[in-house]
Amino acid sequence: MTTRIDRRFAALRAEGRPALITYVMGGDPDFDTSLSILKALPAAGSDVIELGMPFSDPMADGPAIQAAGLRALKGGQTLARTLELARAFRAGDDDTPIVMMGYYNPIYIYGVERFLTDARAAGIDGLIVVDLPPEMDAELCLPAMRAGLNFIRLATPTTDDRRLPKVLENTSGFVYYVSMTGITGSALPDTSRVGAAVERIKGHTDLPVCVGFGVKTRQQAEAIGRAADGVVVGTAIVNAVANVLGEDGRPTADPAEAVATLVSGLAAGVRDARLASTA
Amino acid sequence: MSHPATPNSFRTGPDEAGMFGIFGGRFVAETLMPLILHLEREWNAAKSDPAFKDELDRLNAHYTGRPSPLYFAERLTEHLGGAKIYFKRDELNHTGSHKINNCLGQILLARRMGKTRIIAETGAGQHGVASATVAARFGLPCVVYMGATDVERQAPNVFRMRLLGAEVKPVTAGHGTLKDAMNEALRDWVTNVEDTYYLIGTAAGPHPYPELVRDFQSVIGRETREQVLAAEGRLPDMLVAAVGGGSNAIGLFHPFLDDKDVAMVGVEAGGKGLSGEEHCASLTAGRPGVLHGNRTYLLQSEDGQIKDGHSISAGLDYPGIGPEHSWLKEAGRVDYVPIMDDEAIEAFQLLTCLEGIIPALEPAHALAEVVKRAPKMGRDQVIVMNLCGRGDKDVFAVAKRLGMDI
Repeated sequence: MTTRIDRRFAALRAEGRPALITYVMGGDPDFDTSLSILKALPAAGSDVIELGMPFSDPMADGPAIQAAGLRALKGGQTLARTLELARAFRAGDDDTPIVMMGYYNPIYIYGVERFLTDARAAGIDGLIVVDLPPEMDAELCLPAMRAGLNFIRLATPTTDDRRLPKVLENTSGFVYYVSMTGITGSALPDTSRVGAAVERIKGHTDLPVCVGFGVKTRQQAEAIGRAADGVVVGTAIVNAVANVLGEDGRPTADPAEAVATLVSGLAAGVRDARLASTA
Repeated sequence: MSHPATPNSFRTGPDEAGMFGIFGGRFVAETLMPLILHLEREWNAAKSDPAFKDELDRLNAHYTGRPSPLYFAERLTEHLGGAKIYFKRDELNHTGSHKINNCLGQILLARRMGKTRIIAETGAGQHGVASATVAARFGLPCVVYMGATDVERQAPNVFRMRLLGAEVKPVTAGHGTLKDAMNEALRDWVTNVEDTYYLIGTAAGPHPYPELVRDFQSVIGRETREQVLAAEGRLPDMLVAAVGGGSNAIGLFHPFLDDKDVAMVGVEAGGKGLSGEEHCASLTAGRPGVLHGNRTYLLQSEDGQIKDGHSISAGLDYPGIGPEHSWLKEAGRVDYVPIMDDEAIEAFQLLTCLEGIIPALEPAHALAEVVKRAPKMGRDQVIVMNLCGRGDKDVFAVAKRLGMDI
């Protein structure tokens, strides 16, 4: 069974360039603004959308994504509303893959089977759930696979060669290599080390390997893009939203436009990565 | 919730996956998984290493001052006019609470693992002080995460930690209490996996923490068993302990879980009452969910967002509970009840006046439950309560509460 994610990566492979994967927090700062940001992403050059599910206690996230989640929750966002956001986006775009990313508890409370049914119906293609390692696959990963959703796993610098097969076993769609130990939004590591890590993972899987944590600029997107099948950008985008919010939390400029400007630059970066590698 | 069939033993958990029934587990980011597996291997090796046990026993005896006494509270017993009340006096330990039992065990594990930096979270500051103490004793740098609200209400402990050489980092997220401190400690750990050992203070978190913390704290129950047999020639009728995360309670209860005639009561923080949001009675008023590496009872919204809770006692101010307690609740083995802020303050004053012991606000909750139960029991019956911490740290908060200026 192929998903939108599989089809998108196959198309990019034919095009010979890495993917730009953009993370936005669902419902930040409110539902309507968040939907306008989502709608602006494909035209700005995003190939895959990661849609953040806000959680009160995001243990693996840095201050920027923590704050974005709190803004969304304050704006009345719930898991049901995040699914609704995806559905509203999907009504106008049937091609761009959407991966929902977050923590397990809201899904567990929503009910796993009900969530999978509703996620499929909303046009969700994959899931990244930070606090579900392979040891907990029976919780959500295996049911998600049965429901036809990709379960995308994080591999990290602490995932050694002995552990990689276990991490990759039930992974589909792509592999998300977290390029450093730490929380989201931290400094970018040495790109040569990223290249070596991507090669190491590719020795164990045919899936595309995408790299995230710390990418903020067009130049960084290009550098990481030369070493990987995709570049994930999260904190920089979330910050672009935060930067146009006033003290009262209301936008002082159009957040969708601010995000689109940033994403266009990053998209140029991943396209440069192709030109550089074929030159 | 229906009760599962009674198991043959309540003392065999967790299983290999770190589960107590549906509770517990390893709900952590991949970055931490190899570390947790390493800890599990070292823990299993340490358990069967006589040298590890010897060193811990020596430290418990000569550094902490174990065994702690089992004290017959004669005047309180007379005052309540029912069951005989004994206190397991873990407040007399070095550093002033049961927390040192766990910290000594874990610092030995950290050393076995070759870790060179210690991090910890703390609520009341008792675990922070105990962590800073063992870090000083073993010559390791220590960072303690503490909610900003708690930094303010537990100022004496903050100073103690700093004197002991630890760096105290106030956490302003959320309500600035234990939950937020734990999030921040996890963020530090995920960033510094190579050299850092996370010294968790309660019997919660990802497997194997709930098991190893329980085992280090079970020295409380093992001693109690011997001491009560010596004093009364029989086992107690009831054990009572406060539960925040639940480490002092599981330490007292665990060695008795298969003695079916010993009743057990865990006392949660009822805060300002269970009808509103200002309490921390996760077992009484919460439902199962996943937070901080384990599945357990949590205070949470309909959407699975974790609530902040409230308790006058910083050590009980946590919206979750160790997973083994969740399992014991559903198995019907232990009763869990709430005690309100006011009742705890009253019990705090009662003990101070009647027995000349100033308890911490955490065991003052347990005491308030004893005050309710003892009069309904016979004079030939025996209650053992874990007096798990002393109240020096709380005198400022209590004074404020009573409208006194000190």
